Parts: sequence; C-alpha cells; structure tokens
Amino acid sequence: MQITHILSWLTYLPAALAAALVFFPGGSARALKWFAVLGSTGVFLLSLYPVYHFDPGYGGMQFVEESAWIQAGGYSISHHLGIDGISLFLVALTTFLTPLALLASWNSIAQRLKGFLICMLLLETGMVGVFCALDLVLFYVFWEVMLIPMYFLIGIWGGEHRIYAAVKFILYTMVGSLLMLVAIIYLFLANGGTTFDLLAVYQNLESGRLVLSHRAEFWLFMAFLIAFAIKVPIFPFHTWLPDAHVEAPTAGSVILAGVLLKMGTYGLLRFCLPLFPAAAVAAAPYLSVLGLVGIVYGALVAMVQPDLKKLVAYSSVSHMGLIIVGMFAFTLQGLEGATMQMLNHGLSTGALFLLVGMIYDRRHTRMIANFGGLAHNSPVLAAFFLVVTLSSIGLPGLNGFVGEVLALVGTFLRNRTYAAIAATGMILGAVYMLWMYQRVFLGKVTDPANAAMGDIRSRDRAVLIPIVIMMLWMGVYSAPFLRRMDASLELVQKRVHDARAPEGGYQVRQLKTPAIRKSDGR
Amino acid sequence: MIATYLPLVPQLILITAGILVMLLEPFTAPGRKGRLGQMAVIASALAAYSLGFQWNSTPRTLFHGMFIVDNFTMFFQWLFLVITAIAALVSIRFNQREEIERGEYYALLLFACSGMSLMAASGDLILTFLAIEILSIATYVLAGFKRSDAHSNESALKYFLLGSFATAFLLYGIALIYGTSGSTNYQVIRDVGTLPGQVQVTAVAGLVLLLVGFGFKAALVPFHAWAPDVYQGAPTPVTAFMTVGPKAAAFAALLRILAQALPAMADDWTRLLWAVSILTMTLGNVVAVLQTDLKRMLAYSAIAHAGYLLIGVVTNTGNGFGAVLFYLVVYTVMNLGALTIVLSLSRQGDKRVNLEDYAGLSRSAPFIAASLSVFLISLAGIPLTGGFLGKFYLFSAAVEAGYIGLAVIGVLNSVVSVYYYFRVMVVMYMREAADNALPPEPISPPVLAIIAIGVAGILWLGVYPADILNLASNSALTLK
Repeated sequence: MQITHILSWLTYLPAALAAALVFFPGGSARALKWFAVLGSTGVFLLSLYPVYHFDPGYGGMQFVEESAWIQAGGYSISHHLGIDGISLFLVALTTFLTPLALLASWNSIAQRLKGFLICMLLLETGMVGVFCALDLVLFYVFWEVMLIPMYFLIGIWGGEHRIYAAVKFILYTMVGSLLMLVAIIYLFLANGGTTFDLLAVYQNLESGRLVLSHRAEFWLFMAFLIAFAIKVPIFPFHTWLPDAHVEAPTAGSVILAGVLLKMGTYGLLRFCLPLFPAAAVAAAPYLSVLGLVGIVYGALVAMVQPDLKKLVAYSSVSHMGLIIVGMFAFTLQGLEGATMQMLNHGLSTGALFLLVGMIYDRRHTRMIANFGGLAHNSPVLAAFFLVVTLSSIGLPGLNGFVGEVLALVGTFLRNRTYAAIAATGMILGAVYMLWMYQRVFLGKVTDPANAAMGDIRSRDRAVLIPIVIMMLWMGVYSAPFLRRMDASLELVQKRVHDARAPEGGYQVRQLKTPAIRKSDGR
Repeated sequence: MIATYLPLVPQLILITAGILVMLLEPFTAPGRKGRLGQMAVIASALAAYSLGFQWNSTPRTLFHGMFIVDNFTMFFQWLFLVITAIAALVSIRFNQREEIERGEYYALLLFACSGMSLMAASGDLILTFLAIEILSIATYVLAGFKRSDAHSNESALKYFLLGSFATAFLLYGIALIYGTSGSTNYQVIRDVGTLPGQVQVTAVAGLVLLLVGFGFKAALVPFHAWAPDVYQGAPTPVTAFMTVGPKAAAFAALLRILAQALPAMADDWTRLLWAVSILTMTLGNVVAVLQTDLKRMLAYSAIAHAGYLLIGVVTNTGNGFGAVLFYLVVYTVMNLGALTIVLSLSRQGDKRVNLEDYAGLSRSAPFIAASLSVFLISLAGIPLTGGFLGKFYLFSAAVEAGYIGLAVIGVLNSVVSVYYYFRVMVVMYMREAADNALPPEPISPPVLAIIAIGVAGILWLGVYPADILNLASNSALTLK
C-alpha cells in the first residue's frame, strides 16, 4: 500500500481531530475521550508506515514532500516535510505517547475535558511538525505554535502554582526561540536571501557556496544553541523544568518529558551540528562540561527531593546531560547513544510520570515520606514501577542500557575523563531511583491510607503494557532502531568532521576517527 | 478634464456624506441615530469601491504636485476606510449605552477619515499640515465626546493642548525646510538634495522639528506622554479608532516625507529614528507590563507597536517600507479586534475594563474569550497569526539592512510583550469569576460578525499573507 503525503497526514490529522472535537456534540464525556484516544491511536498506527517503509541505507531525507507556502515580497517559505533516521523514531515516539497520555488522563481530568483533549491533539500536531519540518520558518512556526497548547495544559489543568509555572515556561522558551528567529533570518540572507529551505542551506554549505565568517557562525550557533539549550534543558537553563513538571497535569508532564525536551536535542542534531560545525566543535568542550554538570547536579538534587514528581523532573536534567555529552563527543557511538537515549528517556521518564500520576490519583499526594510498603497492596503497580525504574537506571536487558552504554563509549573515545564523570551519573541514578523505590514501595505499611490505596486496574495496565513491551524490545533487540539511525547520524558526523577552521577562526581540534570501529555484528 | 480629478471621488464621497450626516442629524429622532452610523458605513464602502478604479494606474500628481495618486495612497485610503467603517459600526450600540448618541459623531469620523486619506496622498508639506489639522480637530472632539465624563474631558483637553504644541513644532519644521529648500513640494525638496554647511544645519533642525511633530501624532517616545491618558479617557470606540487610524496616517505621511522629500538626509533621520524606535518599543512594553486596566494596557501596547513599525522605517529599504505597510494592516486588524471586544464587554461608564473583570470569561463567553486570545496571541507575535509574519518581515528587513541589533532588541521586546498579553489569557482561562462579578454585556450580531471576521482575517494573514503582502510591497514601490 502506498500512502502519499504521509507526513502531512501525521502532522495535520491530530489538528483535524481537534477541529472535529470543537464541533463535537457536547455532553458525553465518554464519547469525547474515546474519540480522542482512538483518533490518536489511529495516528500512531499511521506513523508505523514510515517506520516500516524506511530505507535504512539512505541517510538523507525520506518521505519528502514540498510545496510552496508563502511566496511574496521576495521571500519564499515552503511547506517542506521529510524525515531521516534521527526524526523517524521521534515522530513515532510522539504518536506513541500521545494516546497513552490521553488514556492515562481518563479520570483525572474532570473540568473542561473538551479543551484538554483539543490542547493535547494540537500539541501533537506541533510536535510532529517540529520533527518533520525541513524549512527553517516552518520549523519555527511549529516550534512556537506548540507552546500555546502546552501553556494552557499547564495553566488550566495544572497544580496549585500552575499559573506561575505556565508563565515561566512560556517566557523562558520564548526568549530562546525569538533569538533563533533572528538567526534564521540572518542565515536566510547569508544564503542568498531566496529560500528558507534547510536542505538548500546544507547543500550550499557543502559546496562552499555559502561561507559564513567565523564570527557570524559563532553568533548563529549561539542563537540556535540558546533556544535548544533552554528546551533540553542544559544546565544552567533548567530552572523552568521542575516548576513546569510539578505543576503540569500527568499528561502534560508525560509529553513535556517524553517529547518536548527531545525537541531541544533534536534541534542540536538537526541544526547546530550540521549548520555550524566549526562552532560546534569549538564549543564542544564547554557544552560537554555543562552536560556533565547537569548529570551530576541533576542526580544529586534528585536524590534529596521529597516530591516524587520533582525527583523525576531532576532525573530528567541528569539524563538529558548524558545526551549532550554523548552528542558533543562527535563519535558515531556517541551520536547513536544520544539519539537512542532520547527515545529511552522519552519512554522511561514518560512512564515514570504516568506511574506517579496513577499514584497521585489514588493517594492525592506525591510526597515520598507519605508512602511506604505500597507493594503489599498494589503489587502490579509496584511491579510496573520496578521495571520502569530499572529501565531508567540503565539495567542491561532494558532499553536504558543500550543508549547509556553507547553514549558512554562514544564519550570515552573522545575524552576518558568525561566518560568517567558521566558514568557516575549512572551510579547516582541507581542510588536515587532505587532509594526512592525502597521508600515508596518496600517496608511496612505505616499509613492506613496506603493500605487502602488499591492496585491499578485494567485501563492503567493497558497504558503501561505497551511501554514495557517497547522497553524490553529496545533493550534486547535494538538493532532495528540503530540500523535506521546509522546512515543519518553518519551524515551528521561527516558534516562535523569536514568542518575546517575558517581563516583565522576557531582552533578546531582535528577530529580523528575513533579507535574502536563500529562492530558489524549488531 | 473631469477624468483627471476622478481620484478625488473617494474624498468627495466622504465629505459629502459627513455634511449630509450633519444636516440630517436634527431630523433624526433620538434613539434612531444609529441610522446615521449606518450611513457612515455605507459612505465608507462606497468610497472604497470608487477607489478600486484607480488601482495600478500610473502614478501621477494633481494640483501641481499637491495630491499624489499612486498605489501607496490607495493602500492607505483603503485601510482608513475600513478603520472608519468598523469604528462607526461598533460605536452604534456603544453610544446608545453611554447616552452619547449624536449624529455629529459619525460626521466627525468621516471628516477624520478624509484627513487621514489626504495625509497619505499629500505631496506637499502644506497639504500635509492641513490634512493633519483636519484629522486632529475631528479627533479632539471625538476624544471628548462623553461630555458628562470628566475623564473624557481630560482626554480631549490633553490631546488638544499637546496636539497644538505638536502642530506648532511641525509648522516650524516645515518653515525651516521651506527656508532651506525654497519649496514645500516633496519633489522639489528632493531635487534640491543635500545642502552645504550652514544651510545643512538649518535643514537638520527642520527635520528634527518635523520628527517631533510626527512623534507626537504617532505617540513615539519621548513624545508619547499624552497617549495613555487620552486613550484611556476617550470613549472606547474612539480609542480603537485613534490607536490605529491616526497612527497609520502619521506613518503614511512620515514615510512619504522621509522617503520622497528627504532621502538626501537619510543618514540623519535613520540615526534619530533608530534611537526613537528602541525607546518606543522598550518603554511601551515595559510600562504595559504594569497596567491592570485593559484599555490602558492596550494604549501602551499601541505605543510599543509604533516602535516595531519604526524598525521598518529605519531600514530605508523597499522591503522595510513594504513590511511597515503590511504590519499596519495586521496591527489594524488585531488592535481593532481586541479593543472591539473590550468595548463590547464593558458596562456603562467604562466599567468592567479591568483585568480582574475578565476572570472566568472562557466559561461565560467562550467564543469571545477565544477571539480575544487570538488577537492577543497575534499582538504577541506568535506564528500562524498575522502578528508573527508582520514582525517577521519587519525584522527580516532590519537584518537585511544590517540592523541586527535593532532586530534583536525587537525580539526581546516581543518576549516582554508575551508576558502582559498572556496575562489576560491567564485571567480569562485560569481564574474563576468572582461571585459578585457583573456578567459580560451581550454582544450585538453585527459586532459579533466583525469580531469573527477579524479572527478569520488575522489567521488568514498568518497563513496566507501573500495577497496582502504583495499589495503592501507593491504600494511601497513608489516610495523607493
């Protein structure tokens, strides 16, 4: 079966569903929920089409569609979509998590259900669009538009300090992205002032038709970097994250941790590295150090959090730090590990937020001190929580291991000290996650409220089972994933390696091919 | 012979209709003055229709270079007619409610529109001055139309006094320019070009005084002090009219003078306006953050938007001027839309315009809350709305002309503006109405239609801007 314009379908189908919801005859909450869940499941099934038909041998863009969008006043903005090995699974991750997040909110959203579902679906459109857009302005449009539904999700359905968190979230991300807009305009003009097409910029950079002065490249890199660093978030831009996570409703946290943070790392891979390789190489040591600080700092802060959700939020800072360190090693293993880790973190942290949400729905508290011995009366919940915890700390056989090891190996090939420090993140991760697990689920039941809590039912199990299956699959047999990423990541790596120092520009350390060859047996 | 003066038809329609409204006023029974408002709307529509015949005709001048007929003129005349028609339409119900129902109101709107149109068409400093006076006198009266209300009186008096000062500056500037170039005609002034030594200083002084005058009219910092009080005190439809109409007219006249009469002094005026632009957007945005009265907040935001517009003027390129024209259209739609909602929801005597009064609006009036959100999102410059593309083209033009710093300051200002625009949405969607809150006024169908068209328009401008954008850049062509 041949589906044309598959990426347009994936991008705009959720928005169309949201539009349909506006005109949905109101009244029946059940019908609304079923419509949204089934609709977004349909989008997920549709997203398997590109995964299945993806050509792993080709590193460029696939499923490309291009049409003119705005052609006026000497500017040409095109509607240009396409995915490669980097974005392929991020799209799938988005469509995978959205129905699960909706299903998990079945009972927890009592007020303004319709608005909630509409926001979630619009958010999905924005996220898929970000990963598919190949025109700089189109990318920016999706990038910004997505903020509005997220803002409402946090602000309307969030916790006690939701308004503060929502405003902080939007202001932080806006500062970064608007500077990126100026950089996009500059890049457009430097590239001849005719097209905002990303692939055309790649091409002109390669053929030497577009040469950026080292000063321009530095500032452009910085402008893009700040936008992405805030989103990732790279230490010290992370302060919006705990607030947003803690206040957001479960579904919002899942999407925020699962997909939104990936948009930052994705942006680095898609824009910062290939477009400004010399600047990226020059900045790599600093960014790696910031990543390492994030790893250790996030882990240490997570350790002392009394609030489950805050703990998971800070663990995100730590995990995202590893992605940055792996990525800026510029080795294939490091890039693979970083990309894998994006998916792993999306799954495991998304699942952790879902589980915390389930606990909160039953106990109306997230304070670790209030729990203890939950495993006695909620064995299924405890079992799921354990699997997800182990996945999060990178136990072999589960998904987290593959990504972490690849990232660490990649880092090791570039700089052993970095790898050693990054590895402590794995140890610290085990410490805070297992300690948290112990305090929440093991031991004696001290509070009668915990005894009365009850286990999770079939709907919640239906949410968690697909995630656990994916965790096992990616942990045991990650080849199908890595194989599809490789060619695209090699292309990114090649672009970085080809970077020559502009006249009198940066001191670009010559990147040598890693000593250890990629094993072919994978 | 007659055909030569066809471009004047829209002007004649406006003025005739204005006089007709005045004549019919005494014969219209109280409570039916709305008819006169409808007449003003019809007159504007007729004038807009008659304009169509002149579009894309060869640029030419009438009355010895006084009146320029080109696409730039048409573009602005259309804009002004739309503004006037909408202002008249939304005023009908408002004036009934506020008990200031008088026919002269609509006549003044029509006269103001004619003044604005002449400002855009003027090719001579004398006509520019006269046009500004026609506009100003009408708006002085309109600002004070709520005679029984002290705020409205204060508004009118303040506007009148400061406006007179501004006019004096303007006149002095015109005199100095005349003194150095020997003419008031734009083309002649342009041909005289740069002047040597002593005369050059006088010319620069003339330029500065001109800019002071226009600074007052367009509410640019540091000549903005009148704007918040005047905007807040005037009847809300007049505020809506004043934040878009006279501002756009001032920009039209300013663009004409700077680009067509004084291109030789571009170094001077770009440098001056560069600073004014930064001051205007920064002050407007920062002070808007502190406001809790929605009308006043939008007044400061109007100041800020004038700062963004100046970015396009400073570039002194065709793209920049085109971006200004496009942004003026976008700004008109979004600001008129937002203020229309504010005035429709308010209660008699400017009650219910505070931020807290909007709490829970998303429940009591979901469509209105959603529409206001769209306008505010556009004012903040978020994609898929006209406000984004407007700013995008302004900033692009700035970067293209080498003003990267200006563009960066512009985007940082946008971040500040996000805070106060989104605060309104916070209140509408994330807070519940107080128990004793006044319910919003029900909105009449024509106003509802205007709001719906405005929302559709702002989204259309954000997704398919090509038509209007081409129109704008076409119209700006004659300037460069």
